Amino acid sequence: MTLWRPDLSPLVWRVFQRNLLVYRKTWKVSLSFNFFEPLLYLGALGFGLGAYVQQMEGVPYLYYLAPGLLASSAMFATTYECTYGSFVRMAYQKTYHAMLATPASIEDVVAGELIYGAFKSVLYGTVILLVVAALGLVASPWALLVPPVLAVSGLLFGALSMIWTGLVPNMDSFNYFFSLIITPLFLFSGVFFPLAGMPAFVQQAAWISPLYHVVNLTRDLVMGNPGVHLIGDLVWLLVAVIVVLPAPVFLVRRLVIK
Amino acid sequence: MRDVICARDLVKAFNGKEVVKGISFSVRQGECFGLLGPNGAGKSSTVKMIYCFLPVTSGTLTVMGLDVQKKPREIKRKLGVVAQENNLDNELTVMGNLLVYASFFNLSKREAQLKAEELLAFFGLEEYQHKKVETLSGGMKRRLTIARALVNSPEILILDEPTTGLDPQARHLVWQRLRSLKERGVTLLLTTHYMDEAVQLCDRLIIIDMGRILEDGRPRDLIGRHVGETLLEIRGDTGVLDSILENGCAYLKGHMIVGDTILLYPTDGQALIQALRPVSDRFSHQALRPATLEDVFLKLTGRGLVDDFVEA
Ligand SMILES: Nc1ncnc2c1ncn2[C@@H]1O[C@H](COP(=O)(O)OP(=O)(O)OP(=O)(O)O)[C@@H](O)[C@H]1O
Ligand SMILES: [Mg+2]
Repeated sequence: MTLWRPDLSPLVWRVFQRNLLVYRKTWKVSLSFNFFEPLLYLGALGFGLGAYVQQMEGVPYLYYLAPGLLASSAMFATTYECTYGSFVRMAYQKTYHAMLATPASIEDVVAGELIYGAFKSVLYGTVILLVVAALGLVASPWALLVPPVLAVSGLLFGALSMIWTGLVPNMDSFNYFFSLIITPLFLFSGVFFPLAGMPAFVQQAAWISPLYHVVNLTRDLVMGNPGVHLIGDLVWLLVAVIVVLPAPVFLVRRLVIK
Repeated sequence: MRDVICARDLVKAFNGKEVVKGISFSVRQGECFGLLGPNGAGKSSTVKMIYCFLPVTSGTLTVMGLDVQKKPREIKRKLGVVAQENNLDNELTVMGNLLVYASFFNLSKREAQLKAEELLAFFGLEEYQHKKVETLSGGMKRRLTIARALVNSPEILILDEPTTGLDPQARHLVWQRLRSLKERGVTLLLTTHYMDEAVQLCDRLIIIDMGRILEDGRPRDLIGRHVGETLLEIRGDTGVLDSILENGCAYLKGHMIVGDTILLYPTDGQALIQALRPVSDRFSHQALRPATLEDVFLKLTGRGLVDDFVEA
């Protein structure tokens, strides 16, 4: 497999555009649903819990929570897309089969899907950023750098989701993906509270969590605390993307083309 | 005529199990070539290798002179593919489906629009162009899939069971369109397990079963070679076969038993009926009918083409 070289072409963009076009037919429903949940969390925890907690790391709790929810919502958007969404296209709608009968290669198709997954991350994260900004919870123009961070994290979560889809391709297995991987990331990556109060091993384990690094970046950008400490998180994410990216292409190829 | 598809000793195996077991055939430019065979024969596996979806396990396969293993993108640019399973974009409109597909062949917006309008007219789908695919009938979806396969003006159109699941009227409509495509010079390669479809459309065909070619040739020739013009079908009491063979042997080329039915291959149908008259009161059913490709397949394998036809 060392000589395996992906066969990519500009048709990657056609795959992406195809998904985007279909999304444009349904976005009203899916967008409103997906925003409802983070805003619910923000309302319930930010105001409810915030009334007791008041300050978290020196800021009002709502300020602390908003960037974390933004990052995790973007993660959920991408991971749903690249598990349920991709699987439905691959196994039920046979969209991959249709696209593969055109000059597109399976690598083009998977790459297009990943870019679409990353797009979802940017879209959902950014819209929440705008809502949060409208609520006056964005403290700094550094927040403008949040969308590019979401693009990187979207690629990473998209790739991780597609790896799962490639390894355990059935609808039921996605429940496990969410309860065993995504929910723990959601809870232990510093979205709701700093990890400083947790046992040492949890703090160390957080370093492995991609969401932890994304939350660090979005929170400090939104609150206007950029600094060299963020470079570590960014590098972590970029390296992870590069390391992980070939795997979904390989696994989905193996699955679709026997 | 030039060969546009050429398979030599073509093998397809899934996890070491061969489902296409070394078949050789070629398709000539401008003809309609058929792969006729029952479920699981290896028809789809064969055409999927031709449209570069499945890798070839061994043997050689060229399409328009290009090796499928080396030049898939070049080949696919010139092919139209109608896969066995519906894979239209259900959320998009009829027109949307054509335009999205056209974008994969790098047609400009304007070219794609013109081509799509032309195809919708050809397939009688103009008035549905703004309808969502979900709302179409099975026959219309199939016609749309064929239309979509033609957006890149392919030289070869591959159809994997183009009319399975359609009602008779919808099938005839598809056949008619396919015939007029052939008149326009498009080479057609189709798989089917309907013998009437094969007779209606194919200039030449191969009959495949369990991954091997049983026969090849023109449909009429195959029927003549293996069965003859007509065939006498009889059902009767047990032991009636012996009496039939005794009385009718002078006019019989052969016979075969399929479930509860005896198929007789006569040299002269009317004469055979006369000869069997003395025992005909033991028949519950007797019919002299034209032979079909189904009978050829039965004779070659002892089984029917469509699953529910006979229990061998
Ligand atoms: N992806 C696959 N993995 C393993 N086995 C497969 C795969 N695809 C097909 N087969 C097997 O290969 C054999 C031939 O299948 P194929 O789909 O080519 O038959 P077919 O002639 O098209 O039949 P049908 O009329 O049912 O479409 C079957 O036994 C099938 O179970
Ligand atoms: Mg098939």
